[in-house]
Amino acid sequence: MSFVTVTDVFQSYGRRPIIEQVNVSVDEGEFISIVGASGCGKSTFLRLLLAQENPTRGEVRIAGAPPAVEPGLDRGVVFQRYSVFPHMTVRENVVAGESLRRPWGRFFGADLKAARTRADETLARCGLDHVADQYPATLSGGMQQRLAIGQALAAKPRILLLDEPFGALDPGTRLAMHDFLRDLRAETGMTVFMVTHDLEEAFKLGDRVLVFDKPRWDPQDPSLNGATITYDFDARDGGIPFQTLKEDTHVLQDNG
Amino acid sequence: MRAINIKPSRPLAVFLTVLPFVLVFIAYAIGSDIRLTANPSDKLLPAPSTIWDTAVRLTTEGDRRSGRILFWHDTWASLKRLALGIGISASLGLVIGLMIGLLPLARSFLAQFVAVLSMIPPLALLPILFIVFGLGELSKVVLIVIGTLPFIIRDLSQRTIEVPQELLVKAQTLGASSWVITLRVALPQVMPRLIQAVRLSLGPAWLFLIAAEAIAADLGLGYRIFLVRRYLAMDVILTYVIWITILAFLMDWTLRAMSRKLFPWAEEGL
Ligand SMILES: Nc1ncnc2c1ncn2[C@@H]1O[C@H](COP(=O)(O)OP(=O)(O)OP(=O)(O)O)[C@@H](O)[C@H]1O
Ligand SMILES: [Mg+2]
Repeated sequence: MSFVTVTDVFQSYGRRPIIEQVNVSVDEGEFISIVGASGCGKSTFLRLLLAQENPTRGEVRIAGAPPAVEPGLDRGVVFQRYSVFPHMTVRENVVAGESLRRPWGRFFGADLKAARTRADETLARCGLDHVADQYPATLSGGMQQRLAIGQALAAKPRILLLDEPFGALDPGTRLAMHDFLRDLRAETGMTVFMVTHDLEEAFKLGDRVLVFDKPRWDPQDPSLNGATITYDFDARDGGIPFQTLKEDTHVLQDNG
Repeated sequence: MRAINIKPSRPLAVFLTVLPFVLVFIAYAIGSDIRLTANPSDKLLPAPSTIWDTAVRLTTEGDRRSGRILFWHDTWASLKRLALGIGISASLGLVIGLMIGLLPLARSFLAQFVAVLSMIPPLALLPILFIVFGLGELSKVVLIVIGTLPFIIRDLSQRTIEVPQELLVKAQTLGASSWVITLRVALPQVMPRLIQAVRLSLGPAWLFLIAAEAIAADLGLGYRIFLVRRYLAMDVILTYVIWITILAFLMDWTLRAMSRKLFPWAEEGL
């Protein structure tokens, strides 16, 4: 039973189609990398998954529920920028992950204390415990993204959407963030969609890599056609699952 | 070295800051001296020492008839009107600005209306206010509100719209309602801007206050200035003008200090 089902989704802005006829289904716990040329509609697709926008045609269903019309608790998101609240300290940002759903957006009394303790655990997990009382503006790019992920996870979403989360980081920090994300994912078993421009990253982290591209190209007017998913790679074990499977089978046959 | 790269050292910076004040004072002293030597009973440019004596007399000696020190009563009356007017403007401006910035429905309903309202010259409405609200406190406060509110609304709604969309989406994914988004995301983000807008509105607010007091009042800084104008009492007028300037500067300074203290995460402005 597929967890996320995208059926025949079209999205156009004005009369300009951006994505057309996207069909994909994703199992719970899968890590989906999304790659494609700049401006082909990857972020648009993510916004549709998030229900920040509604498609002009088609629908996105999660766990069989009716299509969402606005963002909600089941889908968390980390953008490339502006992902944390600049007016809250690092700890308050993580607490906000749990408290914004409350009537006043805050915890009081014992709840607040408990939430702070949980937040400190999350921060220790993200390696941010030493800056808990600082404002995000004083953090480096990598730390801010770790905070954004920590905050999104504090809300315990079923799906995490990442739009070029490591796009602005240096290669070293990027590698550290990969390990961080992998560990978190192993722990939570979340379904993840990640847009990236880095193919290596896409194949390293993803179970599947979706490639967005325009299937048809009008030389007179390139903006006439929208993009769709042109390739859907199986990326487990570095993209060579079938070879592994055959080898295993072979070994078994030898033994038998 | 390019001019844009020449930075003053600390003492030089202080010196340069003080310099224009000193220059204006010297220029005034010289001008006053020239006129007074030509005509000792000249009233136009009283000597700095005369102004000082007047200031001391105004702030310490009671009125001959009532025994009240009118200077402080004037100050109190004016500050009350100003605080009330600006306070109402700031509160209304904040609420309406947030609504226009956050709610597309309110934006369609109000944004153009406020834009048109802000084009009405407030002073032209003053006679109407006097007719409708009488000559008492109310019409003066209303004038200040009318004069400053449209700017505050427009400034704050613009600032609210500029809150990154990402933050609003993020808050929604954390389960925040419209109310919580207003309270926990938009409000804190525009608060520093509200203080900024109030600072910028103080100038117009004083203008409207003094205009209203000049026309109809029996107490107030603007009333006094226009009253003693009849006797050409330049020393009194100048004392009041300097006092108003000091008050306005102190308010501005306090608001800035407050903004820095309360919103340490916001980037610093002037
Ligand atoms: N709100 C909008 N209104 C009109 N056009 C839009 C809007 N949002 C995006 N577009 C257009 O849709 C196209 C796809 O944008 P999108 O941001 O999804 O691309 P992307 O694949 O994420 O690109 P990048 O890799 O550069 O982030 C772009 O050509 C963009 O100009
Ligand atoms: Mg994008």
